[in-house]
Amino acid sequence: MNIVRNHILISIDAGTLIAGARSVEDALVKEIAKQGLNKEVSVLETGSIGITGRGVILVVYPEGIYYAGVTPKDVPELVEEHLLKGRPLTRLILVEAPKRTIISKGKTGLLKEQPRIVLKNCGFINPENIDEYIAAGGYEGIAKALQTMTPEDVVNEIKSSGLLGRGGAGFPTGLKWDFAIKTPGDEKFVICNADEGEPGTFKDRLILEGDPHKLIEGMLIAGYAIKGTRGFVYIRGEYGLSIERIEKAILDARSYGLLGKNILESNFSFDISVMKGAGAYICGEETALIESLEGKRGHPRNKPPFPINAGLWGKPTLVNNVETLANTPEIIRNGAAWYRGYGIDKCSGTKVYTILGHVATPGLVETEMGTPLKDIIFEYGGGIKDGKSFKGALIGGAAGAFIGPDMLDVKMDFINLREYAAALGSGAILVMNEDTDIVDMLKSVLHFFKHESCGHCVPCRIGTARLVEIIDNIAASKGNKEDIEQLLEITKVMKDSSFCPLGQSVTLPVSSALKYFKDEFLSRIAS
Amino acid sequence: MYRETILKRFEPRLDNILYILHDLQDNNPQHYLSKEDIAKCADYLNIPYSYVHGVITFYSMYSLKPRGRYIIRLCDSPPCHLMGSESLLDYLKKKLKVDIGETTADGVFTLELTSCLGICGVAPALMINEEMVGNLTPEKVDAILEERRQTL
Repeated sequence: MNIVRNHILISIDAGTLIAGARSVEDALVKEIAKQGLNKEVSVLETGSIGITGRGVILVVYPEGIYYAGVTPKDVPELVEEHLLKGRPLTRLILVEAPKRTIISKGKTGLLKEQPRIVLKNCGFINPENIDEYIAAGGYEGIAKALQTMTPEDVVNEIKSSGLLGRGGAGFPTGLKWDFAIKTPGDEKFVICNADEGEPGTFKDRLILEGDPHKLIEGMLIAGYAIKGTRGFVYIRGEYGLSIERIEKAILDARSYGLLGKNILESNFSFDISVMKGAGAYICGEETALIESLEGKRGHPRNKPPFPINAGLWGKPTLVNNVETLANTPEIIRNGAAWYRGYGIDKCSGTKVYTILGHVATPGLVETEMGTPLKDIIFEYGGGIKDGKSFKGALIGGAAGAFIGPDMLDVKMDFINLREYAAALGSGAILVMNEDTDIVDMLKSVLHFFKHESCGHCVPCRIGTARLVEIIDNIAASKGNKEDIEQLLEITKVMKDSSFCPLGQSVTLPVSSALKYFKDEFLSRIAS
Repeated sequence: MYRETILKRFEPRLDNILYILHDLQDNNPQHYLSKEDIAKCADYLNIPYSYVHGVITFYSMYSLKPRGRYIIRLCDSPPCHLMGSESLLDYLKKKLKVDIGETTADGVFTLELTSCLGICGVAPALMINEEMVGNLTPEKVDAILEERRQTL
């Protein structure tokens, strides 16, 4: 970076591109040149800063002022006022921004700070510049592992960090790695599951778009730990910018000798390729993903054998979610004890949530495991939009659970939510206000499942179709009481007999919707 | 002949099939996989025609039917549904005079539904070809359609 008076960071991610970030960027560069400030002010691209739905976002440093909803028309005024005359343009300042900007634990000053481990660099560095990642401490984790730790040390470090897999199920990552290192094989693979399809979830997209090198480093650490030879990132086909950025990051890492043969002059050789999906929710299931990677229809496989024993092309394969892998560089760099300082006893670290629906400030939040749901909704999410009241939320995506107001105090982590027969899942929190029709929402969820059922097994294929028929009937006020029993009965059978988690998980939204909002279903029948 | 050029970019290995199909479809002026596309792909990878057909029907991004110049893929997952995607679907159907999966009489637009696009912060959202659009309203939909028609 050159020494300049001001840096303007412009967030370029799928959300801000929609709002016209490129045209604002062009206008900024032109206007700065026109005002003769191009030696004093630099414009830098970064990933998402975690605020969505607020248009184009700029951050001006060193002041750290956030502007939202910037259009090319605002640019001349902004440049003149803030950069030439030194007066921040108040009408565009994003007031709620400071809550989201604190990145390390223990900093004082603002009430609501986010401990950012996974999103540490998102919105601060240029994701397309490997030097910025390195300057922010990047690749120190893999360097430390290669120079001072054996693969077994790395596995033990991850094990004692207490990291649980962030893909949804919360399986202990260290344990998975331990199985992998103990499985013999001359070729072993690491797959990063970036087939993020759970409705309402886009945390992995923002990590891929905002800090792709972190994922590469995480995969390198996993590869070294399990004595892996090759890595694959399976990204859903709709994520154009993610694919572009990770592909560039891989090329850059390769040119720096961080991928390929004898990484950092060690005996460890590892390379990564990207695979682009083609639109199938089921491919987020690890064995279906492997089938798809092999060039087949993405049907799930029988388990066992688990991928750890016989995965891609029958070889031992470790499959981890993007967020899980993105945690590992910081764990290796700072140690397991440091990591356990975040979160709760049996579920350490942080979790990235996407808060959506009827909240004032939808977006991305990283908080410690065990944070009460109401804090996430009312403080980070800014509460319910337009002064309405909270009715409920759908937590964990379509395969998640509905909750009612009496669950607001629940602490959000894998262990605690299990007790309430809910699931943290992907971390999506879809908030619904008092006007929301729960029957209609469940209808949408069930239509989703019907569409995404892969057709491989009967309970899921027929079950999802029957569920849709019944819920459509109820929603059209043509249902009867037996229909409600039928919904529960069908999902129970699906849970017991479906081949893979897709069919098994339908019971969660159905039973939870009926648990918290049964009256609403009954009144639909009575009328 | 463009098909050969595409195929040659990939090693003839089965695990390249999704990439090959993406590229063949993207380069087909009607945004679909024709019989010739399928046959060439099958030949190149030395697999049966039926196998390629099977892969195509599994993934929702591929189409076996010719499609319009612009493919509108409206998200109908719960977050967009909550923010009103259903009424937008009705609006689009009426405006374009097509049902889901159909192409307008002039061959310009195809209307499809998609699962979550991961841009739920700006729900309701759609994708038109490679571009994502959010915070949709009927007025905004009109503007998008009009803008695309201007490019013809």
